Amino acid sequence: MSLKKISKNQPDNFEFDSKNLNEAEKIITNYPNGKQKSAVMALLYIAQKQNNNWIPLSAMKYIAKMLDMPYIKVYEVATFYSMYNLTPVGEYFFQVCTTTPCMIRGAYKLVDVCKKKISENESEISKNGKSSWMEVECLGACVNSPMVQINEDYFEDLDEEKFSKIIDQIDKNQKPIPGSYRGRLSSEPENIRKTLLSNKNA
Amino acid sequence: MLKDEDRIFQNLYNDFGAELDSAKKRGDWLETKEIFNKGRSWIIEEIKTSQLRGRGGAGFPTGLKWSFAPKEVGSKPHYLVINADESEPGTCKDRDILRFEPHKLIEGCLIASYAVNAHTCYIYIRGEYFNEGQKLQKAIDEAYSNGLIGKNASSTGWDFDIFIHYGAGAYICGEETALLESLEGNKGQPRLKPPFPALIGLYGCPTIINNVETIAVVPTILRRGGKWFSSLGRQKNTGTKIYCISGNVNNPCNVEEEMGVPLKDLIEKHAGGVVGGWDNLKAVIPGGSSMPLLPREVCDTIKMDFDACVENKTGLGTAGIVVINKDQDIIKCMARIARFYKHESCGQCTPCREGSGWMWRMLERMAKGEATRDEVDMLMDVTKQIEGHTICAFGEGSSWPVQGLIRNFKDEILERNKYDPLIQRKKEVPYLVDQHLLEKENA
Repeated sequence: MSLKKISKNQPDNFEFDSKNLNEAEKIITNYPNGKQKSAVMALLYIAQKQNNNWIPLSAMKYIAKMLDMPYIKVYEVATFYSMYNLTPVGEYFFQVCTTTPCMIRGAYKLVDVCKKKISENESEISKNGKSSWMEVECLGACVNSPMVQINEDYFEDLDEEKFSKIIDQIDKNQKPIPGSYRGRLSSEPENIRKTLLSNKNA
Repeated sequence: MLKDEDRIFQNLYNDFGAELDSAKKRGDWLETKEIFNKGRSWIIEEIKTSQLRGRGGAGFPTGLKWSFAPKEVGSKPHYLVINADESEPGTCKDRDILRFEPHKLIEGCLIASYAVNAHTCYIYIRGEYFNEGQKLQKAIDEAYSNGLIGKNASSTGWDFDIFIHYGAGAYICGEETALLESLEGNKGQPRLKPPFPALIGLYGCPTIINNVETIAVVPTILRRGGKWFSSLGRQKNTGTKIYCISGNVNNPCNVEEEMGVPLKDLIEKHAGGVVGGWDNLKAVIPGGSSMPLLPREVCDTIKMDFDACVENKTGLGTAGIVVINKDQDIIKCMARIARFYKHESCGQCTPCREGSGWMWRMLERMAKGEATRDEVDMLMDVTKQIEGHTICAFGEGSSWPVQGLIRNFKDEILERNKYDPLIQRKKEVPYLVDQHLLEKENA
C-alpha cells in the first residue's frame, strides 16, 4: 500500500473520447452481466492513458457513473494500486526497479543518473517538462537487471552510460529502442548457452 | 543435465517465434480433441499420476486441486483463473511463457477448464507486463480465428472463452483470494479461508486458480503421459521447472531443468558461475524473496526441489534464485527486501501492516550499525509475532527472509551493532518505544 497524493489542480470535467469509449465498452462485455464493476481497473488505466499519464478525480467520478458503482469504491481502487498516478507525471515516466536482485547489480547507479539528468527528487517533473522518475518495486525482469520501465516499455541490461544515452535520446525527441541493451533477445544465458542448442541452429 | 527432448518449453529463448504456425510445429494444439475424448476423470487422474505440484510458490498438488471443483455444475458457473501476477523479486519465468510460449498456456487453459467444468477463463496479468499481455492477446486472437477456442473449441463441442485482466502493480494480488477481489473490481485484500475458492471464489462461484507455468505444462504431460513426467525428478517432486538465476552471477538466465537439480550445477553450469568465483559466494535466496536465504555451506550440496528445500529450512517457492556474493552487504540486501514488503503490505491485518515497517526500520539501522545488541533478538521476536498471525501468507513471506538472515548471519549483525542497550548505558533520555518517530528520515 503506497502513499498517494492527490493533485491540487484538478480539471473540472473528464470524458472518454470516442475511441476509448468503444474500448471501455468492449472491456465491460468481458465480464458477466451485472459484474461490470470488474472493469474498473481497466477503465482507470484507459483514463490514465488518455489524460497524460495521470488520473484526475473527475475521471473517477465518470467511471463510477459508467459502471454504476459508488465513487468511493473507484477512489479506493485508484489509491490502492501503485500503477495509477494521481498527480501529473512526465510525458516519459521512468520507473527504476531497485528491489534486491536489481539493487545488487547496480540499480542505484541508475537512480543517480536519474537524479542528475532528470530531477533531484522522485516524482518531480524535469526542467524541460518531459520526464519524471520514481523508484519502484520488482518489475519482474530480474535476469535482465538492472532495468528501467519507461511508460510501457522495458529497457533491460542497462548501465549508467547506456541509460544516460537513453535519456539524451528522449531529450532530443528520438525514440529509444526498448529491450536488452546488451543485445540479448530473451533471458538466455549470454554466450554460454548449453540447452536447446539444436533449436538455436535450426 | 536434462535431455533437450525432455524440455517442455522448447521456445523458452524464442528461437522459433511465438506464432501459431511455429507453435503447431512444436506440437501444440496437436489433436486436442483426442485428449477431450478420454474424458474429464482421465485428465485429472493423469495429472495426479504425474504428481505435478503448483509452480506458483506453495507447491500444492494440481490434480488434487482440480478434483476439489464440484463434479456437477450447479446453479452457478465455474471459473478458471490463471495467476500471471508475477511480482516475486527474483522471479521472471511467467514472463517468458507469456511472450514466447503463449499457445502452451492457451491450450492448457482449454484443457484445464474442461477438467474443472469451466467455460470462462480469466488470465490476471500484472499491469507492468503490458507488452507481454499484448503478445498473449495476439495469440488468443489467433486461436479464436482458427477455431481453437471460442464456440465448439477445437471441434470438441466445448464452448470456451479467455479474457485478459490487467493488474495495476500490487504484489499482494498474486495471493489467490486477493486476486479474486481485484478481479471483482475491489482493492486487492485477501479473503479469509475457508471458504476456499474451489467452492466459493470469483463472484461467489466455484473457481480454480493456477499459476501460468502449472497450466502451460499440462498439455505436454497429457500427450507424453503422467508416467513420463513423474519419471523426472524424484517422488513427489517430479517433472521439470523453469529456474530463474539472477544476482551476482556472470550470466543471469532462465533455464528449464529437472526438479532436484543441484543448486551448484544451476549456478556454475547455466549461469556462468558466481562473480568472483564460488568461494566469493555469500548466500543464495532459493525461491524468490520470501524464502529464507541459504548460507554458502548448504549451497554446496542442496538439490533444488520442494522437499529438499524444506529440509534445509527454506522453500523452493517460485524457484527465483538470487545469488549474493561477498561484495554485497547482506544486511542491506535484506533491508531492501524488508522495504519491498513494507511497500506491498495490503494493510488489512495489523501485524503485517505495522510489523513489516518495523522490520524494515530495524534492519536499516542494523545495516548502518546504529542498532543495539538486544534489538537483534527483538527483531526475531517481531518476525515471530507476524508469522502465522495474518489472513494470508504475506505474513510468512515478509518475516521468513528476516528470520533467515538472523539465523545465518547473526554474528555479522552483532559485530556491526556493538552498542549496549540504552538502559545499560544509563542515558538520561527517557526510552521511548516509538523512538524512531523522532528521527526524521524514518518518519
